[in-house]
Amino acid sequence: MTRFRPWLLLTLVFASGSLQADEVRVAVAANFIAPMKEIATVFERDTGHRASLSSGATGKFYAQVQNGAPFQVLLAADEETPERLEREGLAMTGSRFTYAVGRLVLWSPREGLVDAQGEVLRTGGFDRLAVANPRVAPYGAAAVQTLTRLGLLSALEPRFVQGENIAQTFQFVESGGADLGFVALSQVWRDGRIASGSAWVVPTDLHAPIRQDAIVLLPGARAAAAEALVRYLQGDTARAIITAYGYER
Amino acid sequence: MGLADADLGAIGLTLRLATTTTALLLLLGTPLAWWLARTRSRWKGPVGAVVALPLVLPPTVLGFYLLVAMGPHGPVGQLTQSLGLGLLPFTFPGLVVGSVLYSLPFVVQPVQNAFEAMGERPLEVAATLRASALDRFFTVALPLARPGFVTAAVLGFAHTVGEFGVVLMIGGNIPGVTRVVSVQIYDHVEALEYVQAHWLAGTMVAFSFLVLLALYTFAPGRWQR
Repeated sequence: MTRFRPWLLLTLVFASGSLQADEVRVAVAANFIAPMKEIATVFERDTGHRASLSSGATGKFYAQVQNGAPFQVLLAADEETPERLEREGLAMTGSRFTYAVGRLVLWSPREGLVDAQGEVLRTGGFDRLAVANPRVAPYGAAAVQTLTRLGLLSALEPRFVQGENIAQTFQFVESGGADLGFVALSQVWRDGRIASGSAWVVPTDLHAPIRQDAIVLLPGARAAAAEALVRYLQGDTARAIITAYGYER
Repeated sequence: MGLADADLGAIGLTLRLATTTTALLLLLGTPLAWWLARTRSRWKGPVGAVVALPLVLPPTVLGFYLLVAMGPHGPVGQLTQSLGLGLLPFTFPGLVVGSVLYSLPFVVQPVQNAFEAMGERPLEVAATLRASALDRFFTVALPLARPGFVTAAVLGFAHTVGEFGVVLMIGGNIPGVTRVVSVQIYDHVEALEYVQAHWLAGTMVAFSFLVLLALYTFAPGRWQR
C-alpha cells in the first residue's frame, strides 16, 4: 500500500497540462497581423494551444531567422522568403503553403475621387500617389506591374511617394499626405465592403498574384502546437476570417 | 478602451530594460569618461569617436550588425556560446547589451564634460592634503561631477525608453520577452489599431514629461555648475 503523494499528482497535472496546451511562436507579416490576432483567439479556444504573435517586415524576419530567432512558424508577406529559408535549410522541407492571396486596391479616403474603373489614374486630379517600395514590398511590386500594364508608369512615377511597407503606404493615404494610393484590400475592407472613401479593386489579371506563404521553421519541427496551427490555418474557420479581411483563398 | 494587459507588460519590460541599462552604463561609462577626460594618450581621439558612433549610425543598421555579431555565426555569438551563456539575440540580456551600446554616448559624454570642466585644481589640492588617488576620485571628483551624472542618467534612461530600431532588430518583437513599449506601439500601428496606439503613446509622452518635469522642478541646483 503506497501513501497518497500530492506532489506526484501535481506533477502529473502539470505534465499533462503542458502536453495539451503548448505555445507556438509565430512571426507574422505586418499586413496580416489583424486577421491573425483573430485567428489566434479562436485557435486557442478550439485547440487549447496558444499562439504568441510577433509582427514585422518579412525581410527583417529573414535576417532574424538566419541568426537564431526562436520563431516556429513564419507567415510571410511573399513567396520568395519561405522558399529561400527552405532552400537554405532553415525551415522544414515540404511545409510551405499559401495561406492568403492579397488583393490590390487603389484607394482614397476622399469620397468620389477614385472611380470604380480606376480611370482617375488617366484623368488626374491628384498630386501624390502612394505606392509601397516595389523592391521590398509585394504590394508595391504589384502596383508597379499594374501601372506598367496600363502604360501609365512613366507618366505617374514623378508623383510617387514610397512607403517602406504597405502599412506605412496606407498611413500616407489615410492621413491625407497622399491623395490616393495602392494599398492592400485587407486594410480598407470591413464586413464585405470598402469601409470608407472611394476605391478601385484592381483586377487580378493586371499583376502577378500576391501570394503570402507560410512555412514551419526549424524550432517548430515536431512541435505539436506548430503543427496544429498550420492545420488550423488551412481549415474552414481560419479561411472564413481570412476572406472576411479581404484576402482570397 | 485604455491599456490592455499586453500594454502594461510592455511598459514593465521597458522600465526594467531602461533601469538595467542606465545602471550598467553608469558603472561602465564612468571609468571610460574619466579616462577620456584625463588621458593624454593618442588613443583619446579614436576611442572618443567610437563612443560617439551610435549617434551617427541608423538604429536599424546598428541593430542588424549587432544581430549578426551576436548570432550563432558571429564572433560575439561564438564567444557567448563557448562560455555556456547561449545566444543573446531575442533575449532580455541581448536587449540590455544592445541598449548599452546604443545609449553609450548619452551617458559618457555628459560625465566626461563634467570631469573636464572641473579641471586639475581640486584634485591637486586634495593631493596636497594627502588624499589617495582613489580617495580623490570618490570624495572630490564624483561629487563635483554630480550634475553631469544626473544629466547622463536621465539621458541614458530616456534614450533607452525611446529606442526602437535596435530593439526591434535584435529583440524580434516577442510578447513578454522583448516587446518593449515602442515596439508595442509599432505593433498596434501596423495592425491599424490606432486607438490602442494613441493610448500607449499618450501614456509614454505623459510619463516622460512628468519624469523630466519632476527632475527640473525639484532639483534646480543640480542643473547649475
